[in-house]
Amino acid sequence: MTRPPSDPSAAAVSGPGGAVSGPDGAVGGLPPAVELRGITKRFPGTLANDAVDLTVRRGEIHALMGENGAGKSTLMSVLYGMERPDAGSIRIDGAEVSFGSPGAAMAAGLGMVHQSFKLFDSLTVAENVVYRAEPRRFGLVDRAAARRRVRELGAEHGLVVDPDARVGDLPVGLRQRVEILKLLHRGARTLILDEPTAVLTPAEADALFAVLRSLTARGRTVILVTHKLREVLEGSDNVTVLRDGRVVARLRTARTSGAGIAAAMTGRAVELDRVHPAGTPGDVVLDVEGLGTAGVHDVRLSVRAGEIVGIAGVAGNGQSELVEALAGLRTVTAGRVALRGEDVTHASAAERRAKGLAYVPEDRHAVGTAPAASVADNLAMGHHRTSLSSRRGLLPPSAVRAHARDLVGRFGVKAATPEVPASALSGGNLQKLLIGRELAHGAPLLLVEQPTRGVDIGAIQAIHDELVAYRDAGHAVLLVSAELSEIRGLADRILVMYEGRVTAAYDRAEADEATLGLAMAGGAGTTTGAPAGAAPDGD
Amino acid sequence: MFFDSDLLMSALRALTPILLAALGGALCERAGVFNIGLEGMMLMGCFTAVATSWFTGSPWLGVLAAALAAAAYSLILAVGSVTLRGDAVVLGIAMNLLAVGLTSFLLRTVFGVQGTFDDPSLAGLPLVGGFSPLAYLAWAAVGVSALLLSRHVWGLRLRGVGEAPEAAATLGVSPARYKYAAVLLSGVLCGLAGAQLALGNVTLFSENMTAGRGWIAVVAVMLGRALPLGVLLAALLFGLAEAAGFRLQGLGMPQQATDAAPYVVTLVALFLSTAQRRRRAARTRPSTTGVTS
Repeated sequence: MTRPPSDPSAAAVSGPGGAVSGPDGAVGGLPPAVELRGITKRFPGTLANDAVDLTVRRGEIHALMGENGAGKSTLMSVLYGMERPDAGSIRIDGAEVSFGSPGAAMAAGLGMVHQSFKLFDSLTVAENVVYRAEPRRFGLVDRAAARRRVRELGAEHGLVVDPDARVGDLPVGLRQRVEILKLLHRGARTLILDEPTAVLTPAEADALFAVLRSLTARGRTVILVTHKLREVLEGSDNVTVLRDGRVVARLRTARTSGAGIAAAMTGRAVELDRVHPAGTPGDVVLDVEGLGTAGVHDVRLSVRAGEIVGIAGVAGNGQSELVEALAGLRTVTAGRVALRGEDVTHASAAERRAKGLAYVPEDRHAVGTAPAASVADNLAMGHHRTSLSSRRGLLPPSAVRAHARDLVGRFGVKAATPEVPASALSGGNLQKLLIGRELAHGAPLLLVEQPTRGVDIGAIQAIHDELVAYRDAGHAVLLVSAELSEIRGLADRILVMYEGRVTAAYDRAEADEATLGLAMAGGAGTTTGAPAGAAPDGD
Repeated sequence: MFFDSDLLMSALRALTPILLAALGGALCERAGVFNIGLEGMMLMGCFTAVATSWFTGSPWLGVLAAALAAAAYSLILAVGSVTLRGDAVVLGIAMNLLAVGLTSFLLRTVFGVQGTFDDPSLAGLPLVGGFSPLAYLAWAAVGVSALLLSRHVWGLRLRGVGEAPEAAATLGVSPARYKYAAVLLSGVLCGLAGAQLALGNVTLFSENMTAGRGWIAVVAVMLGRALPLGVLLAALLFGLAEAAGFRLQGLGMPQQATDAAPYVVTLVALFLSTAQRRRRAARTRPSTTGVTS
C-alpha cells in the first residue's frame, strides 16, 4: 500500500480541479472519480470497514472483490449515502462530499445498480427510466419525450430495449439494461454495479461488459462489486480486494492472476475451477420419459448410481419446474417418472422421499429452511418421520440435539449453538446446513439446485467435495446450476435446457464453455455433439 | 317496465357515495395502503355534515366540515400504518368500529337523541338538474383521478410507490409522503361521500347510517382493479342493485330481501372476480426461479 501521506492543504480545498490528488489516482491532471480515505464503519459486534482506502480513476472499470461479509456492500452503502461512516472521507472528482441519502449521491453523479433490481414491474420501460426525473409537458409526463430518451440512450450505448414494454415482462438481462438506462438518464458519471452477472448467461454477461466498455470509453467510470474471478480478469482495469473489512490487495488486472486474487480474498491458496475425477456409473436410479408439466415439455433423462448429471441453462428455461415435478411439488401432465424402477409419476413428495429421494431446493431461505426455526429444528426436518421420531410420534429433544450436533460437526456449519435461528446463519453456512441435512438421508437420488449460489469460494469447495463424495458412495445426483464452471467441474454428463426442453446432451469431455454457452442461448440443434462452427471461444 | 330511465337515475343517485369513497380507496390501493377504513371515515363525514349544517344553517359548510373531519380521522390510518408501521387491516377495522361508537355517542351528547336525528329545518344539499352537486363532483373526480394516475408526474410516482416503495426510495421519492397524501385524499373523498349520504340522498343522521356502503366501496376498488374507470363501473353495478332493490320493494317483495340486494351483488361479484383472477394467475404463473440471497 504505497499511498502518499494525506496532504492537509488538499483536504481544505474542495471543488473540481482544486484538489491535489495522490499520484496513484491522477490521470492527466484529473482527480480520481471516487476517492475513499480511511472509511471506518462499525455495526454492533462487527467492524465492517476498517480504515478502507479506495481510489477509482475516471474512465476505468474498477473491481471491488471480497467474500461475503468482507465489507464490500457496507463500503458501497457508505459511498452511496445509505450508511454514514464512523470515520473517513469521500471525494468525488476531487471534491469532498458527505451524502445523507442516495438522492444526494445521485446528484453528485453516482448511480447504483443493486443486485436485486429496484424496478417497477407494472410500469413501462420508459416510465421506469424517467421516474423522478420525468420530462414534462403541462405538468403531465411527456411520454413521447420519455420514449425518445430511452431510444437515444439505448442507441448510444448498445442498450436497446423497447420503451413501451412492461418491465415485468422482460427477461433479466433486459431489466438490467433498464437499470443502467435509469442511471444514464439521471446523468450518472460513475456507475456502481453490485454482482451484475449473477443472473446472466455468459452471452448476456459478455454483452454487459461490451456496454460497460462503451461507457468507460465515453469517460464514465464503473465500479464492479463481485466475487466472480473470471469476469474481473476479463473485464476490469484494476482490482481492490477486501477481507474482514480491510483492503488486503490493490492489483492491476493485467498483471495478476485468478489464483492471486482468490488467495487474497480467502487468505489462503485456492485451487480454482477444479475438475473432479469422473464417476463410475452403475444402475439407473432415476428414469424420466417424455415428462411434461407447466413450462416443461417432453423431457427424457436418466441418472445412474455413481453419476452426477448436470443440467445447464439460463434461469427460467424450465429447470426449476422440472426439478419441482421430479420432487413431487408440481403436477406431472405427461410422461412417466421412475425412481429405482418404481413408477412415482403421481406420487407425493413424502412418498418419493420414502422411496429414496432427497432434495436441495434453490431457494434456501423460503423453501429449503424455516428461517425463524432453530438450526437444530431445521436439521431435524425431513428426518422427523424416520430416524428421529419415537414410537409415539414425539420428537425427543435429546435426539434432535444429538442429530444437530452430529450434522453441524460433519458438515462444518458455523453456528453459535444449535438453538440459534437459521436466519442468523450466513448464506454459505445455511447452504451447508441444507445440503448436510439432505445428504444425511443417504438417499439413492439427490436433486440439487444451485448449490453454491451466493456462497463464498471456501464454502463452494467444501460443498463440491461433499457432492462428489456422495456420488462416489454410489448415489445418483441430478445437479441444476446456472454456473457453467460448476457444471463442468462436477457433472459426468451435461444436459442443456432451453425453453422447457432438453436441447443438448454432452459428455463432460466434449463440453467446453463456448459450446455450452451457445446451447444455453438456444443455439443447439438436438442431441450429442457441439454444433459445427460453434461461436469463437471467449477465453 | 322494470329497467327504465327512472331506475337508471335512481341508480346514479345511489352510487354517488360509493363512488366517492371507492375513488379514495383506489388512490390508497395505488399507493400501497390497503384502506378498509372507508366505512368509518364516511360515517364521520355523515355526522359532521349534519351537525355543521344544523348549527350553521349551511349545507355547504357541512360538506366542507365533513371533508376536513374525515381527513383528520384518516390520519389514524396514515400515522398508524405508514409512520408506526401498524397493520392497515387492523387499523381500518378499528376505525370502522370507533366511528360507529363515536358518532352514536356524539348524537346523544350533541342532539340529545338516540337512533336518528331528523328535523325539518335541517338544511340538505339542493338538487341541480336532478342530482346533488356532489354527484357531479364525483363524476369529475373519476376523470381527474384517471388523468392524475395515468399521466401526471404525481400519479406516476404514486404508482411507483405503491408497487415497489424501496425502488422509489432509491430514486429519492419518499414513499411515506405519497402514502400520507393518498390516505388524506381518501379521507376528503370519504367525507364528501358521507356528506352526500346524509345531506343529499337523505337529510338526517342515524346511527351507523352508512350501513356497509364503505365496505361495498372496498369491494368496488377490488373489482375495478383500483382503476378510476373500473371503480366507476363497479360502483354503477352496486348503484343499480340498490335501485333495483327499491323497485322490487315497490313491487311487493319483502324489504328484508330487497335491502340485501347490494350485498348479494357484492358477494357474487367478489366471487366471480376472484375466480377469474385465480384462473388468470394459474395461466401465467411465473417461474419460481427468482434470485434470492
